[in-house]
Amino acid sequence: MTTTTGPKDTFLNRLLGRIPLTGWLALAAPVAAVVFAGLVTALVLLVTGNPPVETLTTMVEYGTQPRTMVLTLNSATMYYISAIAVALGFRMNLFNIGVDGQYRLAAILAAAVGGSAVLPGFALTVLVIVVAMAVGAAWAAIAGILKATRGVSEVISTIMLNTIASSIVAYLLVNVVGVRRDNNIGTRPIPEDSWVPGVALVPGTQAKVFGLIFLAIALGIGFHVLLNRTRFGFDLRTTGANREAAIASGVNVKRMVVIAMVISGAVAGLAGMPQLLGASYSYSLDFPAGLGFNGIAIALLGRNNPIGVAIGALLWGFLDNSATILDLQEVPPEIVQIMQGVIVLSVVIGYELAHRYRIAAEQRKVSRELAAPAAVEGAKA
Amino acid sequence: MFRNRVSKLAVTGVTGALLMAAAACGGGGDTAAPSPGNTGAGTAAPAAKIKVGLAYDIGGRGDQSFNDAAAAGLDKAKAELGVEAKELEAAPGETEAQKEERLRLLASGGFNPIITVGFAYSNPVKKIAAEFPDTKFAIVDDSAATGPNISNLVFAEEQGSFLVGAAAALKSKSGNVGFVGGVDVPLIHKFEAGFEAGAKAVKPDIKVQKKYLTQAPDFSGFNDPAKGKTAAEGMFDAGADVVYHAAGGSGGGVFEAAKAAGALAIGVDSDQAKTADPSVKDVILTSMLKKVDVAVYDFLKSISDGSVKSGPKVYDLKAGGVDYSTTGGKVDDIKDKLDEYKQKIISGEVTVPTGS
Repeated sequence: MTTTTGPKDTFLNRLLGRIPLTGWLALAAPVAAVVFAGLVTALVLLVTGNPPVETLTTMVEYGTQPRTMVLTLNSATMYYISAIAVALGFRMNLFNIGVDGQYRLAAILAAAVGGSAVLPGFALTVLVIVVAMAVGAAWAAIAGILKATRGVSEVISTIMLNTIASSIVAYLLVNVVGVRRDNNIGTRPIPEDSWVPGVALVPGTQAKVFGLIFLAIALGIGFHVLLNRTRFGFDLRTTGANREAAIASGVNVKRMVVIAMVISGAVAGLAGMPQLLGASYSYSLDFPAGLGFNGIAIALLGRNNPIGVAIGALLWGFLDNSATILDLQEVPPEIVQIMQGVIVLSVVIGYELAHRYRIAAEQRKVSRELAAPAAVEGAKA
Repeated sequence: MFRNRVSKLAVTGVTGALLMAAAACGGGGDTAAPSPGNTGAGTAAPAAKIKVGLAYDIGGRGDQSFNDAAAAGLDKAKAELGVEAKELEAAPGETEAQKEERLRLLASGGFNPIITVGFAYSNPVKKIAAEFPDTKFAIVDDSAATGPNISNLVFAEEQGSFLVGAAAALKSKSGNVGFVGGVDVPLIHKFEAGFEAGAKAVKPDIKVQKKYLTQAPDFSGFNDPAKGKTAAEGMFDAGADVVYHAAGGSGGGVFEAAKAAGALAIGVDSDQAKTADPSVKDVILTSMLKKVDVAVYDFLKSISDGSVKSGPKVYDLKAGGVDYSTTGGKVDDIKDKLDEYKQKIISGEVTVPTGS
């Protein structure tokens, strides 16, 4: 019984990466997942009459051009922030499906504050970011408080809050903060001295990477430190891994639920900031949508680990941006969405299969040691 | 615990790296990789054919709405002017940078002119047109992007909507009509404002019910017949007997609801009494024609004969860019009255509001 001191060996804990694989299994799981994802994608390409090898070559060739790398980094920056927000909740068994509503509500209100130019220069930039965090946190807190006081599942409440957020954003945009620009409508643009300038990280192109990529990196480091180097992080992980054990050791679980949602929401509020302060400077009808849902997939893909999530976000950004070149080569760009779905499924299934193999192997070992062939209670394989 | 974390971290790292590596290996044996804009050696005819790049908004060809209308104009130009074309479409939720990249790929691939569909291309067109001053650009539904090589193809949707609003009021027995908008955005507000003004011009005390199917950034309201049907059913239940939709592909549901209620519906963009499902064609009173196809074809024709002009070209009633359709003969008895309003709008005697 090696698992009694750690998280309970449930499917959820395995899915969210709380139970690590060791030894050769740690390598076999992702390799199997990648091979499987590659095979399925190739099969889909073949069935739809597209050459798999040429298609992948085109994508890689396009993806390694300096300008595309900048686009990939920029997409990944926003995906990363969104996925970190999701991962924070996941670590405590909170499924924050509401990141999508949180970042959009945060973005429009932050954009409105920025457009009003109440402060000069850098002070306004800071204010915009603080407003975004506060709005995201407040919106997520609703779900947290509902769960802590009334036991409402955060999955249900955050999905509902997404819909409500959409309506509020549309109302604010059309009736309160929006200014018509021909057929578009958006908040007043943020003055130029408060923009976050891009950085020329990739040589060989004039395209700039979002300055807020450093904020995303800082969030990743902060995430790691918070979870692994603070008492709060320990409580959070304990609550997520084994609720009964956490209560027994004196953790106020209800308080933890609210705080975790608030932090997750505050991070979610930042997801739209690279775009707002680095590219569009206004929240309008064409502000990027769906960052929150991509964040969920990426958090699962990265197994809620800051480095894993970063790789997932980069992969997602690369795939999204290569859709255009596929379209140009007469390959349906929807192939990219199929790839994304297959990759997430393969990783989830690959790890689960490896875990089941591990459990079976442990049981065989115990059986051998006891020299008793009787089935162990709770056998799954 | 920490060691476990590290190993897990390595695992996820390996996942991504291997995927990239696998992709790279897959391409290793291939020598001549296709480059952007290479449309195949067979088509490189010596005669300077016009290579059109067409960038659609979300939905692309087949959306039964304005993307399809643009595609129809392009198809006509292919048949009559012999142009070649490359068609790309936008992905849901993408950023302006991704739209820019789409246009840049087309421009650097030698496509000239480049036509973009929808106001979402406004900023990207402005930026890319400046980067490629020798390439001609056109944008449908936007006049905010301006430049020496940008033509803006814009429509007076409110004028056409005024006429079908008048038709609805003239045909309504209950004094109650409805408007179903696809998505709550300024462009669709123009349809609503025109429709309401037209209905009230005929019957000042008429009741106009209004409903938008979705709110931006959820643009599914342009392609969700079930939502259109529910909204229209609600209006018919509340006493309406004519419902106008400006909801693209969702309009099919509005027609179904009208059929079930024994009422009438008004189509949009194309002559839907010709294009809608045969089982519901008989409920279509008329359609508000927004001739994106004509605008796209005209633009390509002006390119081919060298008469292209930059700046806005307004397709209004006067220019024949918007109109009402007579297919089905249901408006034959009120055609005189509608044409009277048409003349008044053209002469400027009646000014149609464009909404907020």
